[in-house]
Amino acid sequence: MAAVTSDTSSFQALTFGLQGEIFALDADSVREILDVIPVTEVPGAGDFVGGLINVRGKVAPLADLRVKFGMEQQPHTTDTRFVVVEIELAGEPTIVALLADKAYEVTEIGAASIEEAPAIGMRWRADYVKGIAKRDGEFIIIPDMGRIFAAG
Amino acid sequence: MAQDAAQCFRQEAQDLFEQLEGALLDLEQTPDDHDLIDTAFRALHTIKGSGAMFGFDALAGFAHHLESAFDRVRSGKIAASAELIGLALAAKDHMRGLLDAATGSPDPAGARLIASLEATLGEAAASAAMRGPAAPESEADAGPGETTTYRLRFRLGQDALRRGINPLLLLDQLRDLGACTVVGLTDAIPPFDEMESDGCYIAWDVVLTTAARRNAIDDVFIFVIDDMELTVQRVSDGEASSRIGDILVNRGDVAPDAIAAALGQIPRLGELLVADGAITDGALTSALAEQQHLREETSAHAPARVSDSIRIQAQHLDDLMDRVGELVIAQARLKQLATGLDDSHLKSVAEEIERLSNELRDTTMGIRMVPIASLFGRFRRLVRDLSQELGKSVLLTTAGEDTELDNTVIERLADPLVHLIRNSVDHGLEPAAQRRAAGKSEHGTVHLSAVHSGAEVLISVKDDGGGLDRARIRARAEERGLIPAGAKLSDGELFQCIFLPGFSTAQTVTSVSGRGVGMDVVKRAIEALRGQIDIASHTGQGTEVTLRLPLTLAIIDGLLVRVGRGRYVIPLSAVEECVELSPEDDLRHTGRNFLDIRGDLVPFLRLREEFRSAAPADPYQKVVIVATGDRRIGLVVDQVIGDHQTVIKSLSKLHADVDSFSGATILGDGTVALILDVGHLVERGQTVEPTRQAS
Repeated sequence: MAAVTSDTSSFQALTFGLQGEIFALDADSVREILDVIPVTEVPGAGDFVGGLINVRGKVAPLADLRVKFGMEQQPHTTDTRFVVVEIELAGEPTIVALLADKAYEVTEIGAASIEEAPAIGMRWRADYVKGIAKRDGEFIIIPDMGRIFAAG
Repeated sequence: MAQDAAQCFRQEAQDLFEQLEGALLDLEQTPDDHDLIDTAFRALHTIKGSGAMFGFDALAGFAHHLESAFDRVRSGKIAASAELIGLALAAKDHMRGLLDAATGSPDPAGARLIASLEATLGEAAASAAMRGPAAPESEADAGPGETTTYRLRFRLGQDALRRGINPLLLLDQLRDLGACTVVGLTDAIPPFDEMESDGCYIAWDVVLTTAARRNAIDDVFIFVIDDMELTVQRVSDGEASSRIGDILVNRGDVAPDAIAAALGQIPRLGELLVADGAITDGALTSALAEQQHLREETSAHAPARVSDSIRIQAQHLDDLMDRVGELVIAQARLKQLATGLDDSHLKSVAEEIERLSNELRDTTMGIRMVPIASLFGRFRRLVRDLSQELGKSVLLTTAGEDTELDNTVIERLADPLVHLIRNSVDHGLEPAAQRRAAGKSEHGTVHLSAVHSGAEVLISVKDDGGGLDRARIRARAEERGLIPAGAKLSDGELFQCIFLPGFSTAQTVTSVSGRGVGMDVVKRAIEALRGQIDIASHTGQGTEVTLRLPLTLAIIDGLLVRVGRGRYVIPLSAVEECVELSPEDDLRHTGRNFLDIRGDLVPFLRLREEFRSAAPADPYQKVVIVATGDRRIGLVVDQVIGDHQTVIKSLSKLHADVDSFSGATILGDGTVALILDVGHLVERGQTVEPTRQAS
């Protein structure tokens, strides 16, 4: 438990939905939220980061977390958003866009509500989940972006 | 501010170190060259002076020792022996370290260097003494008791008087040193109504005959040197009496204008005074004065010249290039909009903007271009050290040093070239005995050259060593399963094996055939620069490795094509021609994908298949013939859209494993298009279908 407390102290989070689940990202890492814009497919790149988008003149990879969490990939809806975040990739800050079925809100997630991801009984790879927060009877998944993107 | 100044000095010092190193290396070849000795001395002197001023005390102190040594070389007391130059080079490296080191830290390595310097100097002086006064060097000697004549010209800053500098005191101090003739130069005095009463407009010519050392003269100006122009020339006895200009100066009773004119005709003095004249006569704008000041800081005592360059940080250039890149993208959008709307006014503005942004792009890229000489210069030291370390006599020759290349490319070329040169010297060149036996000169040669070729720069490292051992490479490659046993391979294909990662670890290969150490690293670095490597080798005659690099990494001309629903950019420099895919060629499927281009069979790749495009194919497929080096391949696309100014954006690490693309760009409508990696696709085409000659 001690190992995760440093990673899961209270933080301002942006919550977004993917296939009915709620995910939370550190709001500090979020640059902007875009409506759906044209995506350029990268042949041979695989499903997880299969596309590129233009974020204010910069070319950013578009990642689909559904691939990493074993969810089905479905067509975009009017609620679909691209959440642009800055992550560390091999020591370099990199701009990456994340696909979200719906973006909810920026909210405070209290340290007390966060629990370590259970090692068993979870549908997802435990190392992709930093922790799970409970709020109003709902579970909020805090993905471990470092690990998810390191795995490529 | 202080931080800026220190940073400024660091940059300046780097330049000075390079100057020093260059001079030392040249001096090794021609130990009697006084100009070189002076250059080294000046560099050291400036390092000392500016270093002390900016608080690099350890550096300044260390430079002082070395400066004293070179002062003695200058005055002919000791010779610039190989030993001394070796020490000086080591000392230069040490000073570079001191530049970064925290001030005040102990410096045992420096102390050791100084000790060996002292020892060398002691020996040198002793041996000079033993040679006695008959030694030919005594011609340039100015031992104690003897006098030397110096020709000085100095001009204080115009605000010198306001800053409390008294020129009379400076002149008095010079007079204290010895017999002194002073002439005031009044040609820069402005008309009366433009003159400020407390401005300092006069320059002085001083002829000083003194028994004191040269340092004593510098000491007179030590507190004002940064805001003045000073030239000091040594006048040999013969010259002083034989040249009319010196006599005129000495007489001092001739009008200053006449002196300047007369001096202008004296060959040796001429260059200096013409340059001086340009400054005193010409209307010196404040901008020039500022540049002049910068110039002086880098070469304190060099003859003052009007500077025509300024120093800026590479980061600013990168920022500028980014902005220009964004402008080019915005311009492309504007063009597209203007084409869509039927408004002639808008169109003409769009065209104007296009012309301007293209010019701005070219100018900006021009600014980023740096002669490759700066890079080649570093390798002289490398070759020298390698040749000493390995006990081989190696001569480094260079050509095309003024070839210009994008600054970023140059920086990233340094390491790969070090690898290649190291390989050439270490493994390529045979030991002297072996060379003698082969009937070659004992001295190996490594030739470094750069030349422009279209939109590429070719940089080659060529040695006259034993060449690559084909049999060993083949054996090794077969052993490692990299090529099938007995496969028929061209030299080019065989040599590509040495770039494979596994290859480098094999000691047997490196010691016999001599290549492979880190060659995979070299290849990766060059590919990261969107370049390619060619190898040519002749047994017994040597090896030539040629790097082919794009001129710039920032913006290229591209050909926009469509494959399925995706749009892609092919670098225009690689495109040879576009042809239509005839129905017959189209029908011949798998295994026989060749086009007959004027008698040559050129393999082609269907990009639709490569990219697994699901959209239906256009009825008339086009083939874009691309080439790298002597290899060609056709890329089958659905549509050729046209040329496109391409601002290259690199792909993130998330796409590091996608090797069909070298980058991405943003099109006029704001969408992203991928840039094809032609080198990689050509390679792919070759492996799928080995090239055959039509016969």
